[in-house]
Amino acid sequence: MDSGSFEELAMPLFGRMYNFAHWLTQDAGEAEDLVQETCMKALKGFASFRQGTNFRAWMYKILRNTFLTSRTGLRAATVSLDSDEDGIDEPVASDTPESILLASADRESIQRALERQSVQFREVILLCDVEEMGYQEIAETLGIPIGTVMSRLSRARKAMRHSLGDAHVRGASR
Amino acid sequence: MTCKELQSKLEPYVDDELSAGELTEFDAHLRECVGCATEALGRLQMKRMTRAAAVERYSPTQEFRLQMEQTIRGKRRAAWSTVWIPKLALAAVLAVLLVASVMVWVDRRERARAFAELTDMHVATLASANPVDVVSTDRHTVKPWFAGKIPFTFNLPELQNSQFTLDGGRVAYFQHSPGAELLFNIRKHRLSVFIFQEQRGEMPFPTGTSTSTKLAFHMESWSEGGLRYVIVSDAPAADVHALSELMRSVAGS
Repeated sequence: MDSGSFEELAMPLFGRMYNFAHWLTQDAGEAEDLVQETCMKALKGFASFRQGTNFRAWMYKILRNTFLTSRTGLRAATVSLDSDEDGIDEPVASDTPESILLASADRESIQRALERQSVQFREVILLCDVEEMGYQEIAETLGIPIGTVMSRLSRARKAMRHSLGDAHVRGASR
Repeated sequence: MTCKELQSKLEPYVDDELSAGELTEFDAHLRECVGCATEALGRLQMKRMTRAAAVERYSPTQEFRLQMEQTIRGKRRAAWSTVWIPKLALAAVLAVLLVASVMVWVDRRERARAFAELTDMHVATLASANPVDVVSTDRHTVKPWFAGKIPFTFNLPELQNSQFTLDGGRVAYFQHSPGAELLFNIRKHRLSVFIFQEQRGEMPFPTGTSTSTKLAFHMESWSEGGLRYVIVSDAPAADVHALSELMRSVAGS
């Protein structure tokens, strides 16, 4: 296995990885550093990658772990301690119907809602909705059981609806 | 499937994670329940809109992309050069050392065998009742005797002012080639001077001068004028060397 095949596997993911990194870090410079460090780590450890297994999940896992050990990642982790592992749903303040939310939601409001989410919610929504990973692949990337993926995703989407609902209420009250 | 059961499967439904059986039940319920169908449609739309809003929200600059491509390619070359070039170089060095060692070993073995053979010839000459075929102390008698018997000629030194005396000579064969064996004497020690025509790559002797001592026999060998000279004797090494000097003094004349 050489880095020639690494380049062939990694470069098609480059743009998406950068997008994911930017969503996590919320900063262009940090996103570049994160992608660069991820690629270097992956290239160095490419010999340990088992051919035939999921390369994308392997790369995203490195990226995410690298982010979590970065200054921004550590700060984000301390302010968003996960409490969803037991699957208990938090009540959503706004129970605005989906159809009303969607009617008022545009691209920017969804982006803002996603930016407001904790890193744990944001990453699971990005992996599922944006990267279109299956639950198993998300579980591999995040290193958590599938059941936790499902409960975290449910809570993340509920939080997104909450954010959009708040925005809708604020917009309606103006 | 009840509305409550459907609600618990909404997420797997929009993520296409339901089994075929679950999907059938799910779809059947949606056809009968407008509320759940609206909810499911809303979730699907939400997922699509989220993807559309976030999928290409951020793009790497072209400079960064090129920089990363070059870095990865550079690392590949570096990895190749840092991993393989040293390994190949080491392998090449080891191969050269192995070949050189084998050559040196073969050369030494051949040389030792040649000296042993010449020593045996010297001892056999001494043990013989007729050690030489031409018995004479006169170099002008011995040298012409070899004419026609060996494919070369050689010069013999004047011994009047030295301690050496010439006893005579005989034809000797070494490696299937005829040559001369001259027998000298000093203080009752006998010295054989072998002279053979040197053919490139066939004589197992060093190119220049060499000395050796084995089993109390001293040997000195050198090459001059296309001839290989080897002196073998139990006389002291100094005497062997003195005779070699005498032989050399006339060899090229």
